[in-house]
Amino acid sequence: MTLGTQWAIDWTRACAAVIAEHRVELITLDRDIGDGDHGENMDRGFSAVTPKLDELSADAVPADVLKMVATTLISTVGGASGPLYGTAFLKASVAVGSEPELDPAAVVALLRAARDGIVLRGKAETGDKTMIDAWTPAVDAAVQAQVAGEDEAGVLAAAAAAAEHGAEATEPLVARKGRASYLGERAIGHRDPGAQSTALLLRAAATVAAGGSGNGS
Amino acid sequence: MKKLINDPKHVVDEGVAGFAAAHDDIVRASTDPVFVVRTDAPRSGKVGIVSGGGSGHEPLHAGFVGYGMLDAAVPGAVFTSPTPDPIVAATKAVDGGAGVLHIVKNYTGDVLNFETAADLAAADGVNVRSMIVNDDVAVQDSLYTAGRRGVAGTVLVEKIAGAAAERGDSLEEVTAIAERVNANVRSMGVALTPCVVPHAGEPSFILAEDEIEIGIGIHGEPGREKIKLEPADSIVERMLGPIVDDLPYTSGDKVLLLVNGMGGTPQVELYIVYRHAAEVLKSQGIEVVRSLVGNYTTSLEMQGMSLSVLKLDDELTELWDAPVQTAALRWGR
Repeated sequence: MTLGTQWAIDWTRACAAVIAEHRVELITLDRDIGDGDHGENMDRGFSAVTPKLDELSADAVPADVLKMVATTLISTVGGASGPLYGTAFLKASVAVGSEPELDPAAVVALLRAARDGIVLRGKAETGDKTMIDAWTPAVDAAVQAQVAGEDEAGVLAAAAAAAEHGAEATEPLVARKGRASYLGERAIGHRDPGAQSTALLLRAAATVAAGGSGNGS
Repeated sequence: MKKLINDPKHVVDEGVAGFAAAHDDIVRASTDPVFVVRTDAPRSGKVGIVSGGGSGHEPLHAGFVGYGMLDAAVPGAVFTSPTPDPIVAATKAVDGGAGVLHIVKNYTGDVLNFETAADLAAADGVNVRSMIVNDDVAVQDSLYTAGRRGVAGTVLVEKIAGAAAERGDSLEEVTAIAERVNANVRSMGVALTPCVVPHAGEPSFILAEDEIEIGIGIHGEPGREKIKLEPADSIVERMLGPIVDDLPYTSGDKVLLLVNGMGGTPQVELYIVYRHAAEVLKSQGIEVVRSLVGNYTTSLEMQGMSLSVLKLDDELTELWDAPVQTAALRWGR
């Protein structure tokens, strides 16, 4: 079973739901080592995305959904996460092209393009205590799963699990990008809010692909 | 935490609406997307200057829109960079054919959103340049951080670049003047109390009753160290040392001294600080020839202040003295 436009739409709704549900958690994580706006900004962005799903044309392909998410996030989120997630979805949309159905290789291409877009914009490297520390393990795990012959849902499940592990693994790190970098060693012991939101979004993608509601609970 | 607001969601909209109504002789506000622009924009043949950033630092930036300073300001949500759309709209609204300069404080979100906006405006045919303000000496190791932050020195960049644009300088010249101010200004802040972002409702950091944070950023990001509260004079000395050593400022220099309130500190305390800061500089042979004392780059209701020192030359002094007519700075006109 490949993943089509309905998966992209359901994933988007699931993202909005999971971000709304975890809004306070993301605000709290960000207040610890940043400025406390991540949950608010992401919730504002995805709340603006869902009404636009109804405006998609009947022949929309997954790339159209991803592009709409990208431009809406860029216009509504602000902060650093707006351009970063916006670029991620934009590059993901380009990567899957006009394909109506995404196979495991396309899912890997989507994830890799999203990660590369974030690196291009934010210039963060692995270990800088940013969302890249969730994205890069996710991409690596997705590649391995695809090589091992997993289907689309299996590839996304592997990516989600790796992202969750990656987010957790930001806790002992000192930040070298973004506002948390000003904390120096005081950032140790705190999870990066961007890595955490990445884990939430990728878990939603996997849950929806597996046939769940993707609410993350 | 008590706040004089209606709904945290409408803090920026309602604040901008009130600002525009109170100063309708100087500015008008666009509501969708939100930005504040000079009533006479665009001025044909004049370089347009746009700045912006998260709200909560008022009067930065909208309070500096007007003759001799900014052409437009783009406020984001509280402590959150504006998105590219309003920045693009403001850029187009002030483009009088001579190009537009973006003055951006060095925060990751501001830099990314202004970068994206500059690309979009350029794609639509506007000649855009950007310069980044990074005057905060509290950030010591720029290699391992997002770099030095843009703080109260931004006001000095905006005033002097604005005067250069008003006298008819080209986009290249205005940009060079702005870069020169940034290269010659250094700042450091201190917090006595934290601030509360309206939608968060809780302090963004914790300070004990007898504790202060030296080197604080304008969103309450941490500085160099937390110490016990000291008399104003010794706090001033702790902050001026790193500022003077950084450029460095040396005997014979003529400087502008800015004592900037963070929002919750009374004016009288700012003058106590100014008094000793000027004395310390004088004792090192550094002459304060211009001054500015007040709340110009705030951090909501935070108690605290920042010191900024700008090394002046004749041209920068003349541009500082040039007429300005904005809500927050007004002289000579």
